[in-house]
Amino acid sequence: MPARIAGWLMLLALAPVAMAADYVAIPGGHFVSALAVDSAAARIAIKPFAMRVEPVTNAEYLHFVRAYPDWQRGQVTPLFAGSQYLAAWRDPLTPGPDARPDQPVTGVSWFAARAFCAGEQARLPSWYEWEYVAAADASRRDARGDPARNQQILGAILASTGHLPGRIGQHPANVFGVRDLNRLLWEWTGDYAAMFPNADARVAGAGPSLALCGGSALAFADKSQFALMMRVAALTALQPADAAPRVGFRCVRDLPGA
Amino acid sequence: MRSFCVLWLLACITLAPPFAAAATPAATLPQDSAYRIPPLLLRDQQGTTFAFASLRGTPRLVGMFYGSCQMVCPLEIETLKRIEQTLHRRGGTPVSVLLVSFDPARDDVARLKQMAAEHHVQAPLFRLARPEHGDEGMLAGVLGIAYRPLPDGSFSHNVVVALLDADGRLRATTDASATIDPAFVQAILDLQAAR
Repeated sequence: MPARIAGWLMLLALAPVAMAADYVAIPGGHFVSALAVDSAAARIAIKPFAMRVEPVTNAEYLHFVRAYPDWQRGQVTPLFAGSQYLAAWRDPLTPGPDARPDQPVTGVSWFAARAFCAGEQARLPSWYEWEYVAAADASRRDARGDPARNQQILGAILASTGHLPGRIGQHPANVFGVRDLNRLLWEWTGDYAAMFPNADARVAGAGPSLALCGGSALAFADKSQFALMMRVAALTALQPADAAPRVGFRCVRDLPGA
Repeated sequence: MRSFCVLWLLACITLAPPFAAAATPAATLPQDSAYRIPPLLLRDQQGTTFAFASLRGTPRLVGMFYGSCQMVCPLEIETLKRIEQTLHRRGGTPVSVLLVSFDPARDDVARLKQMAAEHHVQAPLFRLARPEHGDEGMLAGVLGIAYRPLPDGSFSHNVVVALLDADGRLRATTDASATIDPAFVQAILDLQAAR
């Protein structure tokens, strides 16, 4: 079986470090965001990029804090991570029974998520990038018009509220090849703090303080996207150093020439 | 919508923990110093490159902006100039200002230079800078500044100018709107008097 051996050798050569994450190329395109711009629906151009297939897991985050001790619980400056940082972990270098290796890491601040992504030459997605990929289901790039699909997502979110997210990879990938976007957890985006409804807000701290339920709903052009409204409300309620039990993240990368 | 509001409140209660107090002793910088952000290299309107952390040592005002902003950002600069005038009238000394662009793709040194000339501000007291290397988003996060690109090339953003003390601790903030906040001016004067 020389071909098979050659295949294995090639795989070994392509694996630069342990824990190298799977990214999948997302083709660019246009879509209408559920978020309004100046109270109207907005058509958004998305450049091609690459996205992590799955959210960052406890196992991957453990690898990160071993490599970057400044981000270990107990070491990290409180400016970057509040008291609930990695609260479900048994100790700073042991996720323990409540944070299994294949569960998404949660209880991580926006600063920590940013630092993790930078550590693998990546960044947090923009809201529009995340929303563009999350609009898909297993067969359609934009499945948001399907009431049954929307109801399923909402049901899954409501059923899991109050629990840590379950294991990754329990549902089929969407048409882009990405998993676990809608049902499992809330995910930080790089620009989450600026998702307040009024552009050019002049009030200091306007982000979180204006993100009341009415305010966030007003920013939605598509009122059928109830799960997205909950997501935006949950994210915009957080300060960037906050660590919350259902908020994790995944990273994206720019593609050369995009 | 009512059920949504209830859900939102629940989310707030369960998801928003209190901000932790400093847990470990200060090493070289206080735990809550803005100069603890990962290395951020900036270039100002004169083309001078400098590390953000090198600004430690004197109190300064730090904010962010983007050059093609038509309304709020020019107002921000003019308000900061008026804060300087108010300080002078009240016996204070000039306070250094740093405004960092969150649109480095368009705000090159030539543009920063042009803006500085239009507003009659001079480095090193009043620096308009662009990020050259590093993550300016970390700076935005610690200052409470939020921005998001919009489809038309503008940004949704808030305006926060922070007063950092010599060690980078955030002492006061202003929205730099047309009305000058007397408490913000007083905070600068207090910091200068304490030195």
